[in-house]
Amino acid sequence: MAIWVIADKCTGCGLCVKACPYGAMQVQDKLAALGPRCTQCGACLEACKFEALGSDLADEPRPDLSGYRGVWVFCEVQDGALARVSLELLGQGARLAAELGQTLATVLLGEDVEGLVPELAAQGADRVYLAQDAGLAAYSTLAYTRVLSELIATHRPNILLLGATPLGRDLAPRLSRRLDLGLTADCTELAIDPVDGGLWQTRPAFGGNVMATIVTPTARPQMATVRPGVMALGPRRDGAQAEVVRHPVRLEPGDLLVRLLASQAQGQRPVDLGAARVIVAGGRGCGGPQGMELLAQLAQALGGELGGTRVAVEEGWLGQARQIGQTGVTVRPDLYIACGISGAIQHRAGCLGARYIVAINRDRRAPIFSVADYALAGDMFKIVPAMLAALKGAA
Amino acid sequence: MPGQPDSPLCVAVLVKQVPDSAEIKMDPRTGTLIREGVPAVMNPDDRLGLETALALKDSLGALVTALSMGPIQAVDVLSEALAMGADRGVLLSDRNFAGADTWATSFTLGRALERLMSQGPLDLVICGRQASDGDTAQIGPQVAEHLGWPQVTYVERLEVEGRELRAWRRLPGLVQKVLCPLPAVVTVLATPQAPRWPLVDRLLWACREAAPLEVWDAADIEAPAARTGLKGSLTRVVKTFSPKGQRVTQWLEGTAAEQSQALLAELRGHKLI
Ligand SMILES: Cc1cc2nc3c(=O)[nH]c(=O)nc-3n(C[C@H](O)[C@H](O)[C@H](O)COP(=O)(O)OP(=O)(O)OC[C@H]3O[C@@H](n4cnc5c(N)ncnc54)[C@H](O)[C@@H]3O)c2cc1C
Ligand SMILES: Cc1cc2nc3c(=O)[nH]c(=O)nc-3n(C[C@H](O)[C@H](O)[C@H](O)COP(=O)(O)OP(=O)(O)OC[C@H]3O[C@@H](n4cnc5c(N)ncnc54)[C@H](O)[C@@H]3O)c2cc1C
Repeated sequence: MAIWVIADKCTGCGLCVKACPYGAMQVQDKLAALGPRCTQCGACLEACKFEALGSDLADEPRPDLSGYRGVWVFCEVQDGALARVSLELLGQGARLAAELGQTLATVLLGEDVEGLVPELAAQGADRVYLAQDAGLAAYSTLAYTRVLSELIATHRPNILLLGATPLGRDLAPRLSRRLDLGLTADCTELAIDPVDGGLWQTRPAFGGNVMATIVTPTARPQMATVRPGVMALGPRRDGAQAEVVRHPVRLEPGDLLVRLLASQAQGQRPVDLGAARVIVAGGRGCGGPQGMELLAQLAQALGGELGGTRVAVEEGWLGQARQIGQTGVTVRPDLYIACGISGAIQHRAGCLGARYIVAINRDRRAPIFSVADYALAGDMFKIVPAMLAALKGAA
Repeated sequence: MPGQPDSPLCVAVLVKQVPDSAEIKMDPRTGTLIREGVPAVMNPDDRLGLETALALKDSLGALVTALSMGPIQAVDVLSEALAMGADRGVLLSDRNFAGADTWATSFTLGRALERLMSQGPLDLVICGRQASDGDTAQIGPQVAEHLGWPQVTYVERLEVEGRELRAWRRLPGLVQKVLCPLPAVVTVLATPQAPRWPLVDRLLWACREAAPLEVWDAADIEAPAARTGLKGSLTRVVKTFSPKGQRVTQWLEGTAAEQSQALLAELRGHKLI
């Protein structure tokens, strides 16, 4: 790869000197000359009016990508069971695979996880790549990266989806760099380009203020992490079979450099708002723990969970695990009831996936109303007790 | 050799300049982001990264280099890093670095770290968990892979002893304590102490001509144009738009009792309760 000066065309005009961003061009004896700072960026080629610069820089030929087939979902296992996000990805993966006319496969890593295969088949997987080894019992970045990169190099998938969980966001970037693949973070929407079959990956950025659609034109597989709670589950296919492809695991000492010394659970029962069908959420308008307690009663009466805004968490009315929004969790319940919540963009980013949104706010201009299906302008300390009373009366 | 009594621990902190997220506003008519006039600040997580490194400077005498890739104005975050206590700042700035995705960003930062290592030892690289604009949290693990070093993500506390690092990782509902050999890359999301404030006299010093601030371009770090910036990126942003809901809002009016009756009737109608 190089750039050179064609002496009989060069007039020594110096346009290339001006164009060079590195100060690598000089005019010596009325001829342009390249210095050692040249990075072959090509800026001089565009600037020269006399075709006096030659180069063998060509747009890299677009590689043939047709050999990469199949949609893969990386399975996350928690306490011996499939993480909910993996089921969501199987649902989404199945829709993408059907659209492409390709198969859906999952990658299952662990020590003794083969028992999960029937469940994966029921959730839509046509094939399961299974890698079992004592060294894979607990997640470790380097060991999992090794096994996944071997699998990808051998079987050449078209698309690879991982959950945008702490684990997925530790593993996916490491893998993408090892295999030189593009990676889109924390997607909330995936679709197939009807023209070239590429994957459209849509994600929030700038704290949820902007949505960006991203493609990966030249590298395969197209890799994305997907936000938990966003994709819908697919239909169950009880009794369906999946082909199992076993992958031999050979870990090296260098793959097990980071050692887990201790693991300590924090606080109470882990809350999983991602799976909740009904969520009652509170914000600053709750005014204090008593207001939140009122919402807890409503949540209980509706068989739902309690959530809230960052303000409610910062005020200490609610545990961190119940924060909904850009820096909290994303939820997609059937019913979301927002009480005393203004509806800041960072909060809305976490609840727009709900099927129905109800907003209760005393300010008619609160932005939450613009995303609500049912808008109740008024004091939550009057409306919520009235709802509780009506629910009690009905029961 | 690092770890020997006479050579201090050498730490590089990756620092990004970002638009101040508290100041981000949307244009109500077009629904797009207003970028003009939004002040640029140090990414909040990177302040935590600096605090982590400077705590190691306090306890072990670590040498701290702050490294940033960005336009020339991004030198401000490096001045601030010096004012907080960093020993050296390096800005990677080059027209060719513009438009980089995380692959190309991690390649460029990785090349610069390699250049630092050609000048002296490097034991630890500290990143923030996530930048508030790009929001990918991919750079830390990608830089670790570039260097071939182990990574420890989501760190809230860290200790270095000899050639080993002990880190507390904060995960949902869980804290993990791990042991990792140096050299390593960590990403931090919290610190035991709130990040220190820049000192005014250090800030004045950091803004002087003689301050230990350097600017490196693509040639300095031998980064080919084909691997940096937009050209070196493997992902492409094809469209940006503002998130909006397509819901039809139905107002339920009346007294609180009437409103709640109407709502419960609607919810029952949709079999939601
Ligand atoms: C980078 C970044 C990330 C963020 N991440 C998140 C996130 O993940 N989640 C999140 O929620 N926020 C997040 N925020 C904060 C967000 O911008 C808002 O500040 C926050 O959501 C506002 O919370 P709120 O609605 O509870 O409070 P406010 O905005 O103060 O709204 C309170 C509302 O309650 C109403 N009200 C008051 N009293 C009553 C009453 N008696 N009855 C009925 N209504 C009443 C008021 O009219 C008002 O609309 C983030 C911000 C930034 C900059
Ligand atoms: C709307 C939008 C969406 C995008 N989506 C993607 C995407 O899905 N995939 C993708 O590959 N790229 C994406 N990008 C590009 C990405 O933002 C840039 O590559 C950016 O340079 C690094 O990513 P980040 O901001 O997400 O950093 P993060 O990975 O979130 O940053 C983590 C840490 O890395 C360090 N760091 C990051 N950038 C720098 C820097 N310039 N200098 C010094 N240290 C740094 C800091 O310590 C920071 O705390 C997107 C950009 C935009 C504008």
